[in-house]
Amino acid sequence: MTTRLKAPKVKLPAEYEAEAKQKRSGMDRRRFLNYSGWVGVLGSLAVGLLGFMRFLFPRVLFEPPNEFKAGSPADYAVGAVDTRWVISQRVWIIREEQGFYALLAICTHLGCTPKWLGSEDKFKCPCHGSGFRRSGVNFEGPAPRPLERLKIVLAEDGQLLIDKGKIFRQEKGEWTRPEAYLSL
Amino acid sequence: MLGLKERLDLERMKRNILDSQVWRAMFRHGYEDTPRNRVLMVVDNIWLHLHPTKIRRHAIRVRFTWCMGGITFLLFLYLVVTGVVLMFYYRPVGEYAYADMKYLEFDAPFGMFMRNMHRWAAHAMVIAVWLHMLRVFMTGSYKPPREFNWVIGVLLLTLTLLLSFTGYLLPWDQLSIWAVTVGTNMARATPLLGHEGPFAEFVGVTPRFDARSALLGGTIVGPPTLLRFYVLHCIVIPLIASVLMMVHFWRIRKDGGISGPL
Repeated sequence: MTTRLKAPKVKLPAEYEAEAKQKRSGMDRRRFLNYSGWVGVLGSLAVGLLGFMRFLFPRVLFEPPNEFKAGSPADYAVGAVDTRWVISQRVWIIREEQGFYALLAICTHLGCTPKWLGSEDKFKCPCHGSGFRRSGVNFEGPAPRPLERLKIVLAEDGQLLIDKGKIFRQEKGEWTRPEAYLSL
Repeated sequence: MLGLKERLDLERMKRNILDSQVWRAMFRHGYEDTPRNRVLMVVDNIWLHLHPTKIRRHAIRVRFTWCMGGITFLLFLYLVVTGVVLMFYYRPVGEYAYADMKYLEFDAPFGMFMRNMHRWAAHAMVIAVWLHMLRVFMTGSYKPPREFNWVIGVLLLTLTLLLSFTGYLLPWDQLSIWAVTVGTNMARATPLLGHEGPFAEFVGVTPRFDARSALLGGTIVGPPTLLRFYVLHCIVIPLIASVLMMVHFWRIRKDGGISGPL
């Protein structure tokens, strides 16, 4: 009688692998605590980072206000570029037949203050030579876009009111908006 | 009566010093000139241990290295010393900064010397850093295994330029205010983070809350900007640069010393 020898049960490497994989995929208590620990640490770091980012922006700025009153419309000569507010406010006020617009005296190249050259009928930046027409549109030098126009309205007391916080850009088609031009 | 020689026994005094506890605490190994001791002198010293324990003959050839890394570091040390001295007189406040700069220049003893030393060393450091980069590039020293150290070097170059830029505002005169106005206006165009940059509308950044205003502490170059640049210039950037310099020097050792001539 021959006895057939039974081969002992041997696990193949692939079986080990499969078993380990099954173990790994489960969420036992150790893994759960591990994960929640990391969520806690990373979460509090993220909240701290957000707080730090917010910290960089102060709630109150001690800067000059954006709005200023520029006197009565009658003070401005028709057809002139008025430079009286350039030094204190960096704003030109231009009076046309139909009304007013205000240009911000900040060169759109790198932020210098251009000069109004009446004899050449243009704004000229001394830093890199950008030139702008009376309308504010750039035509020479490195400036990539026209000067910005500002919100200009009549205040309750009849004075011109200019808000430097509200900017109108020609290249975005914003110069046609109502507050960009004060019609009289 | 003892002669002068007996009274002034220099040999004994020297031995007393060398055998003292203080001396032995600092210099544990006498300088017996053996290969082992030479290595120990470097490895056991906190100031030297970042350096390679042995330097190959080619590494001290000035025509190969131009010594630009070393000169940069020396200039950095000058800048730390003169900069700390300037901080004794300078107040980073809108009302005082310009006057303090003038005071340093014309009234503080050796103030002009310290200020000019700081200024010229700063200019020289920027030049030396660029030349160092040129040398490393021309000799191919950025290639593996030194590619990681090249990256550290690029970061250090950036920090050097930022130090130069932030320091430029501190005299608080027209030149510096406008230079920084122009310089920080570029931050408006930062992608995602600048209010005039690409995707600004999607992120929702405004002139009041963007990369530029975080840098300026407001919307214009004003007193808050001066204070921020001062803190960046004197604390934040030097601290980061120092840490990176340690890594930079240590990597030289780990990458097998200064690269050999081609």
